[in-house]
Amino acid sequence: MSLLLTAAQTVGPFVSIGFEKAAVPDVAPAGVAGERVVIAGKIFDGDGQPVTDAVIETWQANSYGKYAHPDDAQEKLLEESFRGFGRVLADAQGGFRLATIKPGAVAGPDGKEQAPHITVVIFMRGLLKHLMTRIYFPDDAANVADAVLNLVPAARRSTLVATKAADGTLQWNVHLQGPKETVFFDY
Amino acid sequence: MSNVNPYRKSYFNTQPDYLYPAYRSTVKRAPMQPLVQMPQTLSEITGPLFTARDVTEADSDLTVQHAGEPLGERMIVSGRLLDEGGKPVPHALMEMWQANASGRYRHLVDSHDAPLDPNFTGFGRVVTDAQGNYRFKTIKPGAYPWRNHFNAWRPAHLHFSLFGQGFAQRLVTQMYFPGDPLLDFDPMYMSVPDDKARSRLVSSFDWENTLPEYAIAYRFDIILRGRDATPMEKKEQKK
Ligand SMILES: [Fe+2]
Repeated sequence: MSLLLTAAQTVGPFVSIGFEKAAVPDVAPAGVAGERVVIAGKIFDGDGQPVTDAVIETWQANSYGKYAHPDDAQEKLLEESFRGFGRVLADAQGGFRLATIKPGAVAGPDGKEQAPHITVVIFMRGLLKHLMTRIYFPDDAANVADAVLNLVPAARRSTLVATKAADGTLQWNVHLQGPKETVFFDY
Repeated sequence: MSNVNPYRKSYFNTQPDYLYPAYRSTVKRAPMQPLVQMPQTLSEITGPLFTARDVTEADSDLTVQHAGEPLGERMIVSGRLLDEGGKPVPHALMEMWQANASGRYRHLVDSHDAPLDPNFTGFGRVVTDAQGNYRFKTIKPGAYPWRNHFNAWRPAHLHFSLFGQGFAQRLVTQMYFPGDPLLDFDPMYMSVPDDKARSRLVSSFDWENTLPEYAIAYRFDIILRGRDATPMEKKEQKK
């Protein structure tokens, strides 16, 4: 049996009607183990203008590198109170802010562990289907050997790695077009 | 441990491209660089799971969320969430948002000169049951103008957001109504190149689920990405 995959359609300009109420800006409740991080940034369009109607969703493992999902067969510690899902909306200036913990390393495609990362999907008016990307962490020694990062042309890898601001916030901007265009994946 | 059973890719022309200039907003927002192809890992085949406890009864009935009843034609929208292999997708969160009966969204950015309805928010959520069934009660949204081109009107539609069981299955789409003359003039609908894939976005009138003297009904099944056959299934097919 083979059914035809439903076609994607844009979220349009009014997505916040529902997603604002269903936002998850704080991924890790109190008591969850791991290094607390705040990831903040902006999304820019092809004219360099901030996008004010975007939704960013994130999915990640806990600090032990375990996903709260039955298909994760890794023998690692699961935390009852950690789902791993985040959803933030761009504000009127185009900024977003996600509070979470740095995930641990999870199994990768080559039998080695992947560098810690967050899986990201982005929705907005003007995107007929969502964008898929990843956030990696600054100064993580595992980034160099990460199987997925190594699929990306070297000159563009930095678009996937957050940078640490003076106040400790992790900065991660998204450029939809232009010389700094963020790497988007297909999988 | 690192062997994952990936979700398959869509067939040619059955999904819109990012860049579709007839829909003007895509021009400055579609990525210009080629997408980087990557294998699915544990990070893509897993995703947030939900249960009926994540939603309330009133979440799926958009007509009871305020003191009074919203204006408009009451309707039941129901169907199944399945994967490409025909397998039900149970315990998956579905979110839905829409304009009111006049074609106006309860949103600051919506400047359409049509009345707001104090009794209508236009957002619902439901979690599919063990067989992948879902059901919303709401009112039929109106068509609304948008400024994409001269005299542009969006056909009446519901926005649906679906979580499957892995992030790779994530999907946001829109449901349309049968026989709507605006469909052929709508760049969003027309952005799906394949005729069959496009027409699947149109719901069907559903006598069986109408509520006599109360509400009409539409049926809309949604298909998420399915997995390739497992190696064992493949072997059996060859026999
Ligand atoms: Fe809409």
